[in-house]
Amino acid sequence: MRHIMSPLDFTVEELDQMMDLAADIEKNPEKYAHVCDGKKIATLFYEPSTRTRLSFEAAMLNLGGSVIGFADADSSSAKKGESVSDTIQVIGCFADIAAMRHPKEGAPLVASMHSNIPVINAGDGGHQHPTQTLTDLTTIRSLKGRLDNLTIGLCGDLKFGRTVHSLISALVRYSNVKFVLISPEELRVPSYIREDVLEANNIEYEEVIRLEDALPKLDILYMTRVQKERFFNEDDYLRMKDFYILDNEKMKLAKEDMFILHPLPRVNEISVEVDKDPRAAYFRQVQYGVYIRMALIMTLLELHV
Amino acid sequence: MLNVGAMEEGVVLDHITAGKAMTIYKDLKLDQLDCAVAIITNASSKKMGKKDILKVECRPEDIDLDVLGFYDSSITVNIIENGEITKRPLKQPKKIVNIIKCKNPRCITSIEQELDHVFVLTDEVHKVYRCRYCEEAYHGRRNK
Repeated sequence: MRHIMSPLDFTVEELDQMMDLAADIEKNPEKYAHVCDGKKIATLFYEPSTRTRLSFEAAMLNLGGSVIGFADADSSSAKKGESVSDTIQVIGCFADIAAMRHPKEGAPLVASMHSNIPVINAGDGGHQHPTQTLTDLTTIRSLKGRLDNLTIGLCGDLKFGRTVHSLISALVRYSNVKFVLISPEELRVPSYIREDVLEANNIEYEEVIRLEDALPKLDILYMTRVQKERFFNEDDYLRMKDFYILDNEKMKLAKEDMFILHPLPRVNEISVEVDKDPRAAYFRQVQYGVYIRMALIMTLLELHV
Repeated sequence: MLNVGAMEEGVVLDHITAGKAMTIYKDLKLDQLDCAVAIITNASSKKMGKKDILKVECRPEDIDLDVLGFYDSSITVNIIENGEITKRPLKQPKKIVNIIKCKNPRCITSIEQELDHVFVLTDEVHKVYRCRYCEEAYHGRRNK
């Protein structure tokens, strides 16, 4: 029995198989409509995350399975003080697979250590969120047809952005991937990502401050939010915030076949006018998230069509 | 009574940094052993100038030498069995359990009942240990 705690728990070959499955699900959804008949997923969300939870639930329902669970800790036995290890052993009597979101880092790992059903880490604090990374990889692969030979721009809060760190760590496993890291000085990628991930793997990367400087080079632009509270002072924020707002004017600098991704929710970093641009892929990304979660559920339950 | 000069069976920890013997005594939980322990501090040393020594009259397996490797792998460990002395090299342990605690307040170890605190050696060159659960690096006290 396998669990998923980190995107790196699966080899590149295993991820390829899973993404192939997701692509087939996209093409032939009816073929998979009953693969999970009689199976249940427990969505154990100790903190609210509506989109991730609904994506898991939609994935299981699309496979013909059903859903049980809770959407915040107040409506779970955690409020009474139950440990994660006890909860998962109880849930194992009700469901066939569990997706756990927890504010404490490592909670899904503790659950997996005591579980008799596969556990999916659906986000543990600022630590890991593997299905977001799988979603990002699937989106890039589906839109560009490959995960190698790409120049990926990552823009915004690269210091605290968990999705950015996970995506970099996952993409360095593919050949000839270059990164352009676009952020204010205060929000640069942390040194352990630069040194232990990028430099340790001899990955070509550059760091730039202005989005305009990077846009013409990119095959993928991965946008994230720049939050005001991350800046040391208001002046810096006001000076820089427009650097990181993508609008139609800036999109003129981008390649015709570049795609824009965003883990969502968006606040104001992508102008709504960009939504109509065919290169805007962030809502399609949500759909790919459902397909890859379907493929993941099938993989962990060892189900085949 | 412990004969500080000679032992038939026991462990002698030599070349402890001067002043650190009591810390090692606590780290190894020697106070919990039902055996004689001699603590020698500020002994003269050609190599170190001054050093501490711990002599413990116990079976070698009673002491967790892996823990010692984590705290200070430069300590010399002499194992005495039937009056014969053998040196045992100290290794960096790959994993340490319930020796140090994760200080990350966002880590599950901060709330989960009776959960072992497990650290894994992730970088042998720089001797970096990370919490098994949250992967936060340990930056706490080391004797070296």
